[in-house]
Amino acid sequence: MRLLREMYYILLDFLQSMGACWLFLLRILRCIPGALLRWRIIWQQIYSVGAMSLVLIMMSGLFVGMVLGLQGFNTLSKFAATTALGTLVALSLLRELGPVVTALLFSGRAGTALTSEIGLMRATEQIAGMEMMAVDPIRRIVVPRFLAGAISVPLLTMIFSAVGLLGGYLVGVSLMGVDPGAFWSQMRTNVDLWDDVINGLIKSVVFGGACSLLAVYEGYYSHPTAEGVSRATTRTVVNSALAVLVLDYLLTALMFHGV
Amino acid sequence: MRQTRTIEISTGFFIILGFAALFFLATETTNIGAYGDSGGYVVTASFTNVGGLKVRAPVTMAGVDVGRVTAIRLNPQTFNAVVSMRISNTYNEIPDDSTASILTSGLLGEQYIGLSAGGSEKFLKNDSKIQYTQSALILENLIGQFLSSKASSGSK
Amino acid sequence: MYGNQESSHMTQTNNENVVEISGLKYRVGDKVIFDRLNINIPRGKITAIMGPSGTGKTTLLRIMTGQVLPDRGRVFVDGKNVRRLDTDELYDLRKEMGFLFQNGALFTDSSVYENVAFPLREHTRLPETLISHVVLMKLQAVGLRGAAGMMPAELSGGMARRVALARAIVMDPKIIFYDEPFVGLDPISMGVIVRLIRELNDSLGLTSIIVSHDVDEVNSVSDQSYLISNGKVVAYGTPEQLEHNKSAWVRQFMKGLADGPVPFHYPAPDYAEQLFGGERF
Repeated sequence: MRLLREMYYILLDFLQSMGACWLFLLRILRCIPGALLRWRIIWQQIYSVGAMSLVLIMMSGLFVGMVLGLQGFNTLSKFAATTALGTLVALSLLRELGPVVTALLFSGRAGTALTSEIGLMRATEQIAGMEMMAVDPIRRIVVPRFLAGAISVPLLTMIFSAVGLLGGYLVGVSLMGVDPGAFWSQMRTNVDLWDDVINGLIKSVVFGGACSLLAVYEGYYSHPTAEGVSRATTRTVVNSALAVLVLDYLLTALMFHGV
Repeated sequence: MRQTRTIEISTGFFIILGFAALFFLATETTNIGAYGDSGGYVVTASFTNVGGLKVRAPVTMAGVDVGRVTAIRLNPQTFNAVVSMRISNTYNEIPDDSTASILTSGLLGEQYIGLSAGGSEKFLKNDSKIQYTQSALILENLIGQFLSSKASSGSK
Repeated sequence: MYGNQESSHMTQTNNENVVEISGLKYRVGDKVIFDRLNINIPRGKITAIMGPSGTGKTTLLRIMTGQVLPDRGRVFVDGKNVRRLDTDELYDLRKEMGFLFQNGALFTDSSVYENVAFPLREHTRLPETLISHVVLMKLQAVGLRGAAGMMPAELSGGMARRVALARAIVMDPKIIFYDEPFVGLDPISMGVIVRLIRELNDSLGLTSIIVSHDVDEVNSVSDQSYLISNGKVVAYGTPEQLEHNKSAWVRQFMKGLADGPVPFHYPAPDYAEQLFGGERF
């Protein structure tokens, strides 16, 4: 009985925070036109959110691609189908690993930074100060960071997949001796622009929006104490990871017609 | 001020890199760069069996990619498979009596269409129909043939 | 419609007073912060609001600036009913206000110069040269023109507060609010702030409202003070009048005595009983 009660409250809390998150998104969307006029601020946020994550993303992409190349080669060679390596690496990266891994890395690298930055601004009254100077902190602080995240994640995803593909090529072709012509031509036959590249891009746009929204939301509503900010940062990573994986399933089911 | 400039330039670099990656993926991993949906001309061919042939499979001539399969339908009258393929405009002098065969690359590999040139003076053009076709080899049928030929040679 | 509103404002407010609060009620949970509080703040003067910590002095400032909505009561600031304003109107009113936060609330990621320039960049389309003139002028007024290139982290507490002051006056407000401006400063910085409050008030024709519990500093700068406690105004007058107030509570507060009407001990169960009665905390 008590367990049921607890679960009921957990469910209630969950629904409440979901609702609050949506309302926050609506406030953000309303402020976007005003914030776009100050594109310079967004541009600078893209630097700290996106460009600063570039090295991490490229390194991770390279090694994920290399592992795919190695594992794929070992498995495919059992069926004498190593020519399909290019297809395997490209489809894995474009459809799943690129969007998902990039979003997870992003929330760990940049999402936490956004949360703690906004949380500390709240704790040190910078947000209240802005309101007192008649500047809407949603428009001035939250929206540029949200947009920067939502723009950066798809770009990072594309970079991740491209570098990963090169990593797979490096291992498969240069190290394991798969025929480069077969590697590329098989890939080109089986990879479709709309089904794979564009669908992957759509996934990454959704993930980017979700991760950025969660990061700025947790930061904006964090308790203005050291403990509150650190809790909010943790929640950002946990919730982003869950959101990305759940959304990934839903989007995959929608896009590739198989539930 | 100089620091702001560095930041803005790096951001520009990052964004260009992202779009370059998208361009790379769109053109290099897919067939989009070779044959757009608009370029080239469409010809059809009917086969009694297409086996595992799929849409987007390559169409080759002497091993060179010349186009790809755009649609596979069943003709309800003849119960034959009608395969439409788009061929690049670069190859607009393919004789109209060429043969289309469904071939397999590797043991478990993808199936594709191979064109072998005929001797006609006329060339394939948009909406042409390839007369001579050779269907896919179906493994079960092959084994069946092999077994029956063995059996008949053994009984001799 | 507009004229009507205007005339209703005129009947309810006195032009002499910039802030008029009457019948203010505010509670947080079960704790009553203000109970029918009345305060008038005259134009052009320095008015202090004093009281022990935890009496809601800062909350009062936030109610005046519309950051916090009270449960009941009339709050008029510069002739406008703060409780009835929508966000845009409230922001318009705040453009006439400067607010000095206790910790300065400077933006830690931009320089002193950019901090002071921030309101100008947000609210005006002034060319860079003009912004530079205004910012340097305001920094000169607080004596920190030389620190324009520094980051907030490099500033001492007193300097940070002066920068925040320069930022608060950069839009030439009519009213300026000081939230505990003397807390945590060394004697020299304290003297500087006291001087600045006086000078800015007189030279810019401001109305200054100070919330503080530092009796001596407030007395040295304010024209009149309110003493509030338990949600009500306990005493009102010039520093001299308060000095000679007969009330035991006012005397305890003004002189800083440890025991008096406000007991040294927070309400607690009997000491002996808690120690020996077996009742654990």
